[in-house]
Amino acid sequence: MIDGFLALYIFILAAFTGHEIISRVPVILHTPLMSGSNFVHGIVLVGAMVALAHADSTLGKVIGFIGVALGAGNAAGGYVVTERMLDMFKSSKGK
Amino acid sequence: MNLDMATLLPNLAKASYLIAAVLFILGIKRMSSPVTARKGIVQAGIGMVLATLATFAITGGHNLGLILGAIALGVIPTWLWGKKVAMTDMPQMVALFNGMGGGSAAAIGAGEMIKFVQTGASPSKTTLVLAVVGALIGAISMSGSIIAWAKLDGRMDKRFTFPGQQYFNLLVFVATLAIGAMLVMKLEVPLIVAFFVLALLVGILMTLPIGGADMPVVISLFNAFTGLAVAFEGYVMQIEALIIAGMVVGAAGMLLTQLMAKAMNRPISGVLFSNFGGGGQSAADIQGSQKPIEASDAASLLYLAEKVIIVPGYGMAVAQAQHKIWELCKQLRERGKEIKFAIHPVAGRMPGHMNVLLAEAGVPYDLIVDMEEINPEFATCDVAIVIGANDVVNPVAKTDKSSPIYGMPILDVANARQVIVIKRGKGAGFAGIENALFYQDNCKMLYADGQAAAAALSTELKAIDGGGGH
Repeated sequence: MIDGFLALYIFILAAFTGHEIISRVPVILHTPLMSGSNFVHGIVLVGAMVALAHADSTLGKVIGFIGVALGAGNAAGGYVVTERMLDMFKSSKGK
Repeated sequence: MNLDMATLLPNLAKASYLIAAVLFILGIKRMSSPVTARKGIVQAGIGMVLATLATFAITGGHNLGLILGAIALGVIPTWLWGKKVAMTDMPQMVALFNGMGGGSAAAIGAGEMIKFVQTGASPSKTTLVLAVVGALIGAISMSGSIIAWAKLDGRMDKRFTFPGQQYFNLLVFVATLAIGAMLVMKLEVPLIVAFFVLALLVGILMTLPIGGADMPVVISLFNAFTGLAVAFEGYVMQIEALIIAGMVVGAAGMLLTQLMAKAMNRPISGVLFSNFGGGGQSAADIQGSQKPIEASDAASLLYLAEKVIIVPGYGMAVAQAQHKIWELCKQLRERGKEIKFAIHPVAGRMPGHMNVLLAEAGVPYDLIVDMEEINPEFATCDVAIVIGANDVVNPVAKTDKSSPIYGMPILDVANARQVIVIKRGKGAGFAGIENALFYQDNCKMLYADGQAAAAALSTELKAIDGGGGH
């Protein structure tokens, strides 16, 4: 059980980490980076899967199903568009 | 540690979540440098697959069919769509996928609240508050992102305003908060339904009045929102990976939003709460007229020029003219002329978007120059070609205090000896403001589709060679 101050520690340290790791990003990578971080919060899929697995009522299952489908869409779509954007950078470097 | 199955699987899953969280952080870190960026997304992708597989291990096959069906339903269409969408449409795709993430977080919140009601469980106040706040932010992010997508995709009018809008929005927001507070006191199904309806409404209402030019900042903000919502619902579900990844994205997204807003010289509060666009200068206030030019005459200007700066905007990308423009530039370079591309921080639809589009056309990086570096060079440049850019070259941003874009940093194209503006027709830019540059004496308008204009300039340039010059 993560609770109270332990949870607060995780929240705060993760926030500082997020701030720190992108503080020196060049402008040309802003769009791919936004897209990449958009992919990373697709991890919500995992939470939705656990919620759906624990759902017993019909209503709970319907809501859980929507949650999983949306989370999976976030993760899959986020990955594809980010990879395609970053591919551009790769191809231009060889020339 | 006991090694029976009952504890082994959850522990394995927890370990996988930890590895996934580390891979996410390293992935984002790598994505902030052009050299390692591609490795970064692959790494984050591995983390995602690992975390998803581990989740199957701890859910013990409950509702397995439903879970697999929902994943297939979510993954297949978005994957195919993401594969084939044009590069120019990337920003709205990011908005859409971000909205899905927000919706997923909101659904987790809704599901948990419903479960608490049905089972009569009494969760801690912290859990309830975070479930409610996470659901609120997630729902706002979802409906707001959908509006942002519709606007960028041209499916909706750019702005929608009515008198007293801000007070109305505030009222709806306060009502949503009040119901949220009541939910923390006592969970009831009708209240939960009302809460989500209002939260979705808040997202729609706050995005409707925002003009298209500000949309990148808004999408970035919603991206950060979704991160926070995921982190809060991660606490509710007691999954550390969600808390860490969500919080990292939330903080990184907030910083990215600030960087973007700074590049546009618009405080975030100004983006959200001031009514952008409208007002401003009407054409009648600007002296002079727009002077058209033919492609042949424009080509002669280029023929005589020594230094040419190209100023591309979103319109160039829409017309898919970047390849033709680069062809033209290669011709000019063969004649020994100096060519540079000037990039405004918000050229395209997001910072860095234009760099991606030019890279796609094969333009080398050393020719692409940022605004601060290129601005002093306009004074020494013979011809500046503005293609598909409008608001980012409007001198009104420096001179007219009443203009909505006043204070936004611009490219000093007006200082060039000659300016050729390639534009499909008369008419204001995305922000709906007249451009004073177009009325200047040194500015000529080449009315044509971007691709056709670039091709015509290439042909005319060759013709000049053939005929020994005009």
